[in-house]
Amino acid sequence: MVVDEADKLKTFEQTVLPHLDAAHNLARWLTGNDHDAQDVTQDACVRAFRYFGGFRGGDPRAWLLTIVRNTSHTWLRQNRPHSPPAEDPSDALLAVEDTAPDPGAALLKNASATALRAAIAELPVEFREAIVLRELEGLSYKEISAVADVPIGTVMSRLARARSLLQRRLLAQTLVEDHP
Amino acid sequence: MNCPEVKTLLHPFIDGELDLVRTLEIERHQHSCSECTRAVQGLQSLRTAIKRDELHFPAPASLCRDIRSALRAESKSTPKPTRNVFRWLAFATPAVAVLVLALLYPFWLAASHDSRLADEITAGHVRSLMAGHLMDVASTDQHTVKPWFDGKIDFAPPVRDFEGFPLIGGRLDYVGGHAAAALVYHRQKHVINVFIWPAAGDASQAPKALIRRGYNLVRWSTSGMEFWAVSDLNSAELSEFALQWRK
Repeated sequence: MVVDEADKLKTFEQTVLPHLDAAHNLARWLTGNDHDAQDVTQDACVRAFRYFGGFRGGDPRAWLLTIVRNTSHTWLRQNRPHSPPAEDPSDALLAVEDTAPDPGAALLKNASATALRAAIAELPVEFREAIVLRELEGLSYKEISAVADVPIGTVMSRLARARSLLQRRLLAQTLVEDHP
Repeated sequence: MNCPEVKTLLHPFIDGELDLVRTLEIERHQHSCSECTRAVQGLQSLRTAIKRDELHFPAPASLCRDIRSALRAESKSTPKPTRNVFRWLAFATPAVAVLVLALLYPFWLAASHDSRLADEITAGHVRSLMAGHLMDVASTDQHTVKPWFDGKIDFAPPVRDFEGFPLIGGRLDYVGGHAAAALVYHRQKHVINVFIWPAAGDASQAPKALIRRGYNLVRWSTSGMEFWAVSDLNSAELSEFALQWRK
């Protein structure tokens, strides 16, 4: 079936564009700055529109996030070729067993947004995208596994590792703030 | 569940990714284990801390406007001829597929007919050995076997005897939806069944070898008859047998 261009644009605006905030949020966390995040988001939206003919139902948000994620990673490869390498598999295995130091519920409630933002930004990109998709966009393990194109077990170990790193960093920061 | 088991499932537990049974088991474990309870509380407070609005970066209004105009430009620049090609392809592809199928259908039909026959013939051969019903007429004399078919089928099958492949008898069989004459030959300890019925056309066909479930088959047609020989004999000797028939 051939969809008229005008109809295609209208349908795209109604089904995909409502998820622009989620798209920009992911691009912002992956690129690390406003300017590049906007470029990547726009690029991803134009690509999504081109591929829209091939979109067959499903969740439009997860579909758009997959394209944003891939566009961001292409951007990262071109502009941040020296970013930290992906996690070592043995590391990922360790992570599940790892009981992070318990920073205590009270400590975390007082952690400032700035401290949290810095701690997340410091995470290796694979862990960062897992945390952002899970906690900020509320995606399920299955949806994250589709967006990041990794098995569900990897999603689980990345989240475990990311949370453990965040707890350590926040604890260290709180200690520094308490004893300058 | 013990502590090590619970610890491997803590993250799917707080993310609500576990099934009901395991969720309940972990909750029960927490009543008796303060260490796991503290770990869960630590993770949950981390989740609550991250899920705050200040950490979400919504798209600025200017970006929404830019994207909408970029999409409109993209939509207009989509070349029309490409679309027409796609439209043409959309109709042409099924048509071409139907045409190709229509042209190949007779070949496919013939191939699947042969394949079905080969299965039936192999089954007939196995059945003749299994049921102890190898022969209706047991005779090594072709002049006894040939007349035996008279009045039982509406054709007269050629019955011959060969050096090294002694005839031992014949019987009536049924393959491919019609009656067939089955001639039984020996080659040392091996039994060869030859199924014969009138061919659909007059054209004679050179021997063609097939294998079904470990049995060798050779089919050919000559002088208006269709022949299928089947045996557990090796295919070289079975082909030699077929060649003797065509001499």
